[in-house]
Amino acid sequence: MNWTSALPEIVLACCGMAILLFGAVQARRDTFHLASMLTLGSLLLAAMLAIAAPLGLAYHGQFVTDSFSLFVKLLVLVGAAFTVIASLDYNEHENLRRFEFPVLVLYASVGMMVMASAANLMTLYVGLELQSLSIYVLAAFARDRLRSSEAGLKYFVLGALASGLLLYGVSLVYGFSGSMQFDRLAAALADPADVSPGLVVGIVFIVVGLAFKVSAVPFHMWTPDVYEGAPTPVTLLLGTAPKVAAMALLVRAMATPFGHLLAQWQQLIVLVAIASVILGALAAIGQRNIKRLMAYSAIGHMGYVLIGLAAGSAVGVRGVLLYLLTYVFMSAGTFACILAMRRRGEMLEQISDLAGLGRRDPVLALWFTVFMFSMAGIPPFSGFWAKYFIFTAAVQSGLWALAVIGVLTSVVGAYYYIRIIKVMYFDDPVDAFDPRPASLSMLAAVSGLFTTLFFVIPAPFVGAAEAAAQVLFR
Amino acid sequence: MNAAGFPLLSLITWLPLVGGLVILAVRGDEETVAANARWTALWTSLIVFVLSVLLWVRFDPAEPGFQFVESVAWLPQWGITYRMGVDGISVLFVLLSTLLTPICILASWEAVKVRVREYMLAFLILETMMVGMFSAMDFVVFYMFFEGVLIPMYLIIGIWGGPRRVYAAIKFFLYTLAGSVLMLLALLAMWYQAGTTDIPTLLHTSFPAGMQTWLFLAFLASFAVKVPMWPVHTWLPDAHVEAPTAGSVILAGVLLKMGGYGFLRFSLPMLPVASAQLAPLMYALSVIAVIYTSLVALAQTDMKKLIAYSSVAHMGVVTIGIFTVNMQGISGAMFQMLSHGIVSAALFLCVGVVYDRIHTREIARYGGLADRMPAYAFVFMVFTMASIGLPGTSGFVGEFLVLVGALQVQFWLALLGSLGMILGAAYALWLYRRIIFGRITRDDLRAILDLSPREIAVFAPLVVLTLWMGVYPSSFSSFWDATVGAMVAQHQAALHLPAVLAAATR
Repeated sequence: MNWTSALPEIVLACCGMAILLFGAVQARRDTFHLASMLTLGSLLLAAMLAIAAPLGLAYHGQFVTDSFSLFVKLLVLVGAAFTVIASLDYNEHENLRRFEFPVLVLYASVGMMVMASAANLMTLYVGLELQSLSIYVLAAFARDRLRSSEAGLKYFVLGALASGLLLYGVSLVYGFSGSMQFDRLAAALADPADVSPGLVVGIVFIVVGLAFKVSAVPFHMWTPDVYEGAPTPVTLLLGTAPKVAAMALLVRAMATPFGHLLAQWQQLIVLVAIASVILGALAAIGQRNIKRLMAYSAIGHMGYVLIGLAAGSAVGVRGVLLYLLTYVFMSAGTFACILAMRRRGEMLEQISDLAGLGRRDPVLALWFTVFMFSMAGIPPFSGFWAKYFIFTAAVQSGLWALAVIGVLTSVVGAYYYIRIIKVMYFDDPVDAFDPRPASLSMLAAVSGLFTTLFFVIPAPFVGAAEAAAQVLFR
Repeated sequence: MNAAGFPLLSLITWLPLVGGLVILAVRGDEETVAANARWTALWTSLIVFVLSVLLWVRFDPAEPGFQFVESVAWLPQWGITYRMGVDGISVLFVLLSTLLTPICILASWEAVKVRVREYMLAFLILETMMVGMFSAMDFVVFYMFFEGVLIPMYLIIGIWGGPRRVYAAIKFFLYTLAGSVLMLLALLAMWYQAGTTDIPTLLHTSFPAGMQTWLFLAFLASFAVKVPMWPVHTWLPDAHVEAPTAGSVILAGVLLKMGGYGFLRFSLPMLPVASAQLAPLMYALSVIAVIYTSLVALAQTDMKKLIAYSSVAHMGVVTIGIFTVNMQGISGAMFQMLSHGIVSAALFLCVGVVYDRIHTREIARYGGLADRMPAYAFVFMVFTMASIGLPGTSGFVGEFLVLVGALQVQFWLALLGSLGMILGAAYALWLYRRIIFGRITRDDLRAILDLSPREIAVFAPLVVLTLWMGVYPSSFSSFWDATVGAMVAQHQAALHLPAVLAAATR
C-alpha cells in the first residue's frame, strides 16, 4: 500500500497536535505569535511534502494524488498561510491572542487537502467535515462579540444542514450504484441510458451540499452574514481556501464518477451559475459594508467558476483552476487592504470609510485599486485572464447563453468595484488610517504583484492548470 | 526581421511606462514632486515621439502588410503570441497618439495643480495602452490594450474632472466595458474557429456566413460605443464636458479613433459578408448621427458639449466612409479620422485656453475675444475652418473623399451625409462668431491675456499639420494606399467568391 501519498496530510496533522500540545504546556506564556510561526512552517513543510508525494491511488482507492490534487493543495496552503499572516496583527489588536487560532487554520487546511485528494464519497465527507468544523469554530472565535458568535452559529446550523443533505445524497448514490469509490462509480455509470432516477436525485443532493460550501445561489444565504460577522482574517480564509477546496471537490465529483452523466447535471450547474452571477452582481450594488460586499462578490465569482464546470470539459476545468488561482490572490489581497482599515485602534468596515484613501495612503489605495479592477475583469490584471479562460471553455462547449449572461453581469459587477475606486480617489479625504503593520503590507504587495504581473508570464500557470485538468478527463 | 533592427514598437509602447515608474520613484515635497513629474513626463513623451518619427521615416508605404514585426512567445500552446507590427492603417495612428501625448502634457502644465504625479502617471500609462493597441498584431494583445485604456481614462475623468465627474466617469467606464465584453466573446469564437488569435491569420480566415453576422454585431457593440455611433453616443458629451482639457483632447483625438480603427482592422476585412449585408444598417446609423447630432450641437450652450456633439457627427462621416468599402471611401475615412484627431483635439485645447483664464465654458459668457486675443482668434479660426471642411485644410480632404466614395454606393447616402457638413458649418461658424466677434461686454474679458509661449508651442504643430494635410494630402494618404487597396481587393474577392463557386458548380 502506497501510504506515503498522504504524508503531507499526516505530517501536517501531527504538527498541529504538536503545536497544540506546546501551547497547552506553555499556557501561561503568550504563545500566539510562536504558534503562528510554527503553523506557517508546518504549512510550508506540507507544501514541500505535497510536491514530493508519489502520485497515484492509495488506501484501497480511497485517496488519490495527482496533479489536480497537487494544484489544489498548494493553493489551499497558500490561502491558509495568508490567513495566518493576516491574523498576526488583527488578533493582537482585537484581543484574540490565542494559540488555538493558527492550529484551527491548520486543521482546516488538513481537511481541505483531504478534500482535494478524495477518491471516495466517504473520504470526501470526512475531509469536508474536518474543514467545516474547524471553520465553524474560527467564525465564532471572537466569542465575546455578538456578531461573531452569531456568524459561527449560523454557519454551523446551515452547514450541518448542508452536510446532512450531502450525506443523504451519498447514501442514495451508494444505494443505487453499489459503490462509493469514484473509479467504480464511473465504471458503473458508464452508460447514461440505464441510470436510475434515484441516482440522479442523489447527485442533486450532493451538488446541493457542495453548492452550499461554495456559496452558490440558491444556497448562499449564510454568506453575507458570516462574512460580516466573522473576524476579518477568518473571512479572508472563507474567501480563499475553502472555496478552492470545495470547488475542486465539486469538479472532481462531477467529472470523475459522474462524468458520463454530464447531460444530467449540466443543466443544474448552468442554472446555479446563472443565478449566482446575477445575484452576485445585483445584490452587491446596495451594500455599504465592505465585508458584505465581498460576500456578494464572492457569490458572483463562484458563479463564474461554475461556468467553467458547466462546460464539462478539460478546458472548462482548466478555467476553473485558473480562476481559483487568481481569485485566491485577489481575494486575500483585498482582505489585507480591508484589515488595514483601522482608525485610532478601531476596525472600520464601511465603504465610506475609504474616502480619499488615494491621498492619505497612496500605496494601499493603489493595491486596492488593482484588486478591484482585477475583480471587475479589466485587463491586464489576472482577473481578466481568469474570465478569459472561463469564457473560452463556455464558448467551446457552445454554452452561448451562459457566456453572454456571464459577460453582461460582469459589467454590472464592474459598477460596484469601480464605485469603491471612486470612493478612494474621487471623494474628499477623511482622517487617515492608523499605520499599517508590515505583515499586511507584505500580504497586499505579494497579492498585488501577482495580480498585476500575471499577464507577463502566464504560460507556466496555464500549463499547470491544463495538466491538472487533463487528469480528470483521461 | 525588423526594419528598425531592434524592437522599435515595443520600445515605443513600453517606454512611457518606464517613465511612469521613474515618476513613482520621485521623493520630496509636493512642489518638487510636481515639477519632476511634469518634466519627466514631458521628456519621456518627447523621446517616444522622436522614436515614433523613426517609424514614419522607415515605414515602406509600398508594402501592404505588417512591418516592424516583432514576436515573442506568450501562450504558444494556445495560439496566443505577443506580436507587434504596424501596417498602413495603424502606423499614422501610432504617430497621432505619440504626438498628442506631449501636447496634452504641455497643455496641463499649469492647469493641473493637484496630484500632478498621479496625473502624469495616468497619461503615460494611457500612452502605453494607446500605442500598444494600435500596434498589436494579436487579438488578445489588442483586447488587453483596448480595455486597459479604461483604467487611466476613468481616473483622469474622475479625479481631475468637473463637478459631475463621478457620473461621467462611471458612465464612460460602463458603456465602454459593456461593449467590449461582447467583443471578448467574439474574440473567443474566432479563436475557436481559427485556433489562433494572430490578426494576419484571422484576416485570411473565412468565417461561415451565419457566424459572421453574430460576430459583426458583437464587434459593433464594442466599436459603436467607442466611435461613438448613434444611439450609444450619450456617454461622450458627459465625458467630454467633465474631463480635464487634456483628457478631452486624448478622448477626441485618439480614443474615438479606436472604434474606427476596430472597424477597419476587424469587422470589414475579417467579416466581409456580414459587412456587406449590414452596411445599410451602418449607413442608417451614421446618417442619423451626422444629421441628428449636428442639430443637437446647434442647441448647445456649453462650448465643450458643442464640440463633443460635433465629434459624433464627424465620426459618423468616418463610419459612412468605412462601409462604402471602396478606395475613396476608406481613404477618406482614414483621412477624416486623422484630421479629426488633430482638429477636434485642437478645438478642445482652444476651449481649455479660455477656460483656464475665465473658468467657464458657457458660450454666452464670451464675446469679442478678437480684440484682446488676436493670436488666439487666428488659431481658433484655422481649426474652425478645418472642422467645417474648408478646402486647403485637413477637414476638406477627408469629407470630400468620403462623399466621393458614398456617391458610388448611393446618391441619397452622399446627399444626406453632406447635409451634416452644411449643419457643421452652421454650428461651427456660429460658435466662432459668438466667442470671437462682437463687443467685449464683461470686465474679466477686458483683462484677458493672449496665448503664452507655452500655448503657442502647443498649437503650432497642430496648425502646421492641419494645413499640411490640407495642402499636400498625399504625403499622408500614400501610407495607407497599398494597405487599403489590398483590403478592398480582398473584400471584393470574398464577396464574389460564393458567386464564382456557384457558377463553377452549375
